[in-house]
Amino acid sequence: MDDLLREFVTETNESLDVVDVELVRFEQDPNNAKILDNVFRLVHTIKGTCGFLNLPRLEALAHAAETLMGKFRDGLPATSDAVTLILATIDRIKTILDSLEREQREPEGADDDLISDLKRMVERVVSDAAPATVPHTVGTLTPQVLERRLRADEDSLDDLERAFRETSVEPRAAKPSKPASPEVNGKDDEGVKIANQSIRVTVDTLEQLMTMVSELVLTRNQLLEIGRRHEDSEFKTPLQRLSTVTAELQEGVMKTRMQPIGNAWQKLPRIVRDLCNELGKQIDLELHGADTELDRQVLDLIKDPLTHMVRNSADHGLETPAERRAAGKPEQGCIRLSAYHEGGYIIVQIADDGRGLNTERIKAKAIAQGLASETEIEKLSEAQIHKFIFAAGFSTAATITSVSGRGVGMDVVRNNIDQIGGTIDVKSVAGVGLSFTIKIPLTLAIVAALIVEAGGDRFAIPQLSVVELVRARSDGEHRVERIKDTNVLRLRDKLLPLAHLSQILGLNPTTETIENSFIVVTQVGSQIFGIVVDGVLQTEEIVVKPLSSKLRHIAMFAGNTILGDGAVIMIVDPNGIAQALGSTMTSQMTAASAAETRHGASDDRATSLLVFRAGSSEPKAVPLALITRLEEIDARKIELSNGRHMVQYRDQLMPLISLNEGSRVKAEGAQPLLVFSDGSRSMALVVDEIIDIVEDHLDIQVTSDKPGALGSAIIKGQATEIIDVGHFLPLAFADWFRRKEQLERAAPHAVLLVDDSPFFRNMLTPVLQAAGYDVSAVASAAEALALLRDGARFDVVVTDIDMPDMNGFEFAESMHSDPRTSELPVIALSSVISPEAVERGREVGFHDYVAKFDRQGLIAALKEQTGIGHAA
Amino acid sequence: MSSESSRQNTTEYVTAMIGGQLFGLPILRVQDVFTPERLTRVPLAPPEIAGVLNLRGRIVTLFDMRRRLGLGQREDGTSPMAIGVERSGESYGLLIDGIGEVLKLDNAKCEANPINLDPGLAHVSAGVHRLDGQLLIVLDVDRVLDVGTTAMAA
Repeated sequence: MDDLLREFVTETNESLDVVDVELVRFEQDPNNAKILDNVFRLVHTIKGTCGFLNLPRLEALAHAAETLMGKFRDGLPATSDAVTLILATIDRIKTILDSLEREQREPEGADDDLISDLKRMVERVVSDAAPATVPHTVGTLTPQVLERRLRADEDSLDDLERAFRETSVEPRAAKPSKPASPEVNGKDDEGVKIANQSIRVTVDTLEQLMTMVSELVLTRNQLLEIGRRHEDSEFKTPLQRLSTVTAELQEGVMKTRMQPIGNAWQKLPRIVRDLCNELGKQIDLELHGADTELDRQVLDLIKDPLTHMVRNSADHGLETPAERRAAGKPEQGCIRLSAYHEGGYIIVQIADDGRGLNTERIKAKAIAQGLASETEIEKLSEAQIHKFIFAAGFSTAATITSVSGRGVGMDVVRNNIDQIGGTIDVKSVAGVGLSFTIKIPLTLAIVAALIVEAGGDRFAIPQLSVVELVRARSDGEHRVERIKDTNVLRLRDKLLPLAHLSQILGLNPTTETIENSFIVVTQVGSQIFGIVVDGVLQTEEIVVKPLSSKLRHIAMFAGNTILGDGAVIMIVDPNGIAQALGSTMTSQMTAASAAETRHGASDDRATSLLVFRAGSSEPKAVPLALITRLEEIDARKIELSNGRHMVQYRDQLMPLISLNEGSRVKAEGAQPLLVFSDGSRSMALVVDEIIDIVEDHLDIQVTSDKPGALGSAIIKGQATEIIDVGHFLPLAFADWFRRKEQLERAAPHAVLLVDDSPFFRNMLTPVLQAAGYDVSAVASAAEALALLRDGARFDVVVTDIDMPDMNGFEFAESMHSDPRTSELPVIALSSVISPEAVERGREVGFHDYVAKFDRQGLIAALKEQTGIGHAA
Repeated sequence: MSSESSRQNTTEYVTAMIGGQLFGLPILRVQDVFTPERLTRVPLAPPEIAGVLNLRGRIVTLFDMRRRLGLGQREDGTSPMAIGVERSGESYGLLIDGIGEVLKLDNAKCEANPINLDPGLAHVSAGVHRLDGQLLIVLDVDRVLDVGTTAMAA
């Protein structure tokens, strides 16, 4: 009896979930007899089974609900009230089932309230409808189920059978109701066949299987480890075979753990429906990719966050119909969930077309909670401000509503997602909508990892976040450069911050120097950094075991695992390293605490600047992206030729330029240089000392008349002179600009450069001139439009996106609406390139999209656009 | 057995020497006694956690009981033992100096902590038994594992 009861509870719970969903669908689509048939059949099965198992409370409830649904089936209208009542009944049934599961028997109590409500509803529904359509009265339906079925009276059982036969039957392991209705059994061939193809297995069994496979993987790894030591052993072939079989077994068992994400969404239609009623809103819930599969364990952990976010969207995000009408939107709001696979991850998106986040309120709240000061907030981009919603204890809802103001905020959601190694991102456009993107790993149990050594211990780094492995050399391409106390790696013209694994973990590094050590280039979200390790041992499929609760607070570790040789090692959490790196980087780079919230480097206007001293004590700065590399050469290697300082650099002579009279080439010791390259040519600026690399908002406040300086800006609280690199390039090679002009200037192309920042205008003009273009620079879109309207001829327009008054998008739109300029190619410059921005750019007619400091990219884009311009 | 011993009002203790002091752990809490091998230290872990190790496929978190109880460093060259205990489905090992015999002691003879007992010890002690010539401190395993509260107690 126990097994039967357990089976019944499981099965009924599943059926009820389906009923929930189907009823909501039915309410929206009352003419769909198929849905109703399905619901009717499920409730009837529950009722029948209850009778069989002697569960009178459940039976009475199911019966009353069935009677009401029978009325719908007879063609009476399904009112919202009636559906709500049936849903309430289902909730009651669930409550009873819960205690049935715990106590093995029905709880005490009566359901007269609901049953009489249901009966009254039946009467109301019947009397509301045309009085003629009453083929059988309520009275005939009240007798006990068992009796009625034995008598097999009327057409209702026939109907039932029809429903049984017509609806495709879901696989069911046990059919306790069968003995009571043997004739159904015989006609149910199809259902039986399906049932034979799948069996119900308890989760425990699967979990145990998974554990066993994990152990097998470990044993296999151990054997492989032994195999590695004995080169030509006769075990090699069977070992190889064992290895393959284990891998396949592992994959097979993993598959059994996979479940469609739709399982986590099952309750959502019901929740949204109830919310609609409660809040007086109209909400359409769209679900895409419900069959996307992911690990059961992961599924369990995201279920609640997803539900929470949908609640949030319905409650705070979407407006009331009146508000939506006023905003010119359709009255019905939309919440869209979608899920899909992307490179070992599952991406889940929750989007609504509501009012979006209230940036002002988040700002106020962030300041009130002391997350940031007012001045700091002013410097943050909208996207960064929106990220505050993930901070602990943050809720923007002014009033706590019964729906989502339950003291669980987005911080909890984020914690849950962090726990499974996922990430969450928010995008919001005021008045248009809000979307969350969650990225979660497919499975948690077994991952490929890189086994590394640091400070004498071994650690595993999950391979999912590893981009590449680099060996640092003193002379090669991948050089480690030292800027003050911070090590950075220059990798293909990008500077990556470096984290010493042994330092971050508080271990004694075995090697002092970074040279010749291995650097694991790691990506977390958009942050790329290098983890310096003493050695890289091998890659291994590791079984992730959760950390002991005593160690879980250590952010640097994601778990631990048992290696092939039986030793336990810790699994490094790249997220933790990224955070630690963020804080140490900023603390080393600047004493200003204000930088803490900005170390993410995604500030729209933040620019990496190299701060140095040359000639005088006041600091000077140059955008880091313009510098090809930082060099420190022995002063004795500097040669004097033709009255100019030169150094032999990569088999070429590189001229050294002093910034001003005060800055002299050193006679001995190490001479720091800033090297600028363009194609095969290089020149170096001689500086006294490299101070720091800072990330700051570049705003030239005082422009300069002095050649070689663009002006002064406040950088980390200090007035700093910004160097005009364009001025120095021709000093090194008099023909620096001309050379190319001669090569390319068959017919100079006219470029219109639009940028509100004088710095960029001043910086880009020489760069573009150097590439052979005739440049006109203006400070605003309005000026540019005026020039174009006056008939000035340009071959291509290069415009900044973020400009006051009229931004780049609007500028492009108005250009394209004018027939005279609609064909003009437009290249957009932006410091942030997001897929959305690129998409938006494409819509308004940008021909290309280039990052602000990507000179090569800009010139390539210009070449392409002007080439096309000529051909057309 | 549990009901039997409680009926007889006696408890069986696994005894252990830690820093020259005799301790007793209720035998029902003890999973096994083992010699720790291939211990992996955990960087950034609380000082009383000696590390983690693989015990027959399970990962066990090892507590250094000397540190946990503030009983000084172990002399080099001694090979410690560990008592395996479990809490909330997690396996822990308590690193001790040496394992003693199992003693069956009368519950009624268990006395409250002496007032002058070191507060660090008193916090994890569930009482003391007077044996011939020495004291046996009954360890409250759950309190021992509550590392978070150490700072307050010590």
